[in-house]
Amino acid sequence: MRGEPDFGADFLRRPVHGPGSSFSELMKGHQPDPEAPSRFEGQVHAPEGTTVLALRFDEGVVVAGDRRATEGFQIAHRSIEKVFAADDMSAVAIAGAAGPAVEIVRLLQTELEHYEKVEGERLTLEGKANKLSQMIRANLPAAMQGMIVVPLFAGFDEARGHGRIFKYDVTGGRYEEDDYHATGSGGKDARSSLKKRYRLDLTREEAVKFAIEALFDAADEDVGTGGPDLMRGIYPTVAAISAEGMVEIPEEEIQRLFEELIADRAEDIRSQESHPVDVRRPGEEA
Amino acid sequence: MPMPYYVSPEQLMRDKADYARKGIARGKSVIALEYEAGILFMAENTSATLYKISEIYDRIAFAGVGKFNEFEQLRIGGIRLVDVKGYSYSREDVTAKGLANAYSQTLGNIFTSEVKPYECEILVAAVGETTATNELFHILYDGSVSDRTGYVAMGGASEQLKAYVDERYPKDYPASTPDLATAVTLGHEALQSVGGGETPVGSLEVAILDRTRARRKFRRFPEEEIAPLL
Repeated sequence: MRGEPDFGADFLRRPVHGPGSSFSELMKGHQPDPEAPSRFEGQVHAPEGTTVLALRFDEGVVVAGDRRATEGFQIAHRSIEKVFAADDMSAVAIAGAAGPAVEIVRLLQTELEHYEKVEGERLTLEGKANKLSQMIRANLPAAMQGMIVVPLFAGFDEARGHGRIFKYDVTGGRYEEDDYHATGSGGKDARSSLKKRYRLDLTREEAVKFAIEALFDAADEDVGTGGPDLMRGIYPTVAAISAEGMVEIPEEEIQRLFEELIADRAEDIRSQESHPVDVRRPGEEA
Repeated sequence: MPMPYYVSPEQLMRDKADYARKGIARGKSVIALEYEAGILFMAENTSATLYKISEIYDRIAFAGVGKFNEFEQLRIGGIRLVDVKGYSYSREDVTAKGLANAYSQTLGNIFTSEVKPYECEILVAAVGETTATNELFHILYDGSVSDRTGYVAMGGASEQLKAYVDERYPKDYPASTPDLATAVTLGHEALQSVGGGETPVGSLEVAILDRTRARRKFRRFPEEEIAPLL
């Protein structure tokens, strides 16, 4: 049956075993089917999210993302949100085509909550990571037209008692990272920054500080990555997930950390030689 | 060819209703009480995994009595219904009234067109910003819905439960509602009054819709948290 979702009594009488406890299975055959293969041709240009990262600390994992979306060389959005709570214990940070990525996040959020309500217990972190993998795989036809979604998935594994990070490729390939990862246009720069700072026994405060530093370094090198926007008061999003659940780091703290970082960097740079500009006019001696 | 016996519609419906009522009367009861921060649900339930009370959506909870497989099917169908609606439109578009209506239609159809009616009664409850905006929809085996205030008792001993709570529940509702501990104690005493003896904490199922919680208002109390409330 295709068509509008049926909000009538039909749902209530479907056998319980039908789509089981999966929301995305339930949506199959309904319009819009979030996992239906697209039938468009040619390339599509849509806003892209740029840099996101995740790193582990001693009690969990920190996830962060800048706030810029680009469309070619234009800024599509200055304050887009790229870090989303998948549930209380995990987060998805999106990079790539923003539209399908946000839709995948919405579907994953509903999927996890749906499963928890129907089954009476949460999926394991591994289970959540695998489900996301299937959703990215389902996006492959869209990815072939340029709408690539490569998120990071990070969360606290309650069975193992520590944080875990998963990265993905376009085909839904899922790879676990032991320490840190960054993806998106400034991902390589952020990774280089994290590589110099990362230790196994970081505290949460240190991890937040290094995440901010890595985003700053990425914004410094990559045109697609947004730095702190002091004029408008827009700062990157940082969240920490531990056994107690997910906490978003308050904006005031992020602002303070950026101010400290900029003050430190400025001091280093100003102590070096200045860069005078010598304006020459035609005909003047060299 | 033998002619089928004529049975008057009145007789047919009466028989079905009697059948459904008898089935429900064999089961245990559930009680819901509005308290100051939301709605409390309590049930006598010897199973720690087969629940009578569960979360449906952000502000909405479900309770069922009677035949487990029947109200469980309704519960899962309800979760599917609201999740699809919330995903297609927005979370705010999911209402208890819409869900109660769908349940009512389904149970009504089953009652009139199927040989065997469902032997269950359900409660759809939603917590509002104030006591006055709480919603309690009690839906019977034949699809009839009633909109309740203050408290609802369902299941085997619903009449006795109702009488017990009616005497003790604040008369000036909604101006005053009991606090959580008072409501839990009242619910426990009420269940004991019909249970014929002590109802141990281990066989109590307790959950709340608490308006002070973040998005998801539903919370189930684990066994170790129930005793301190009593």
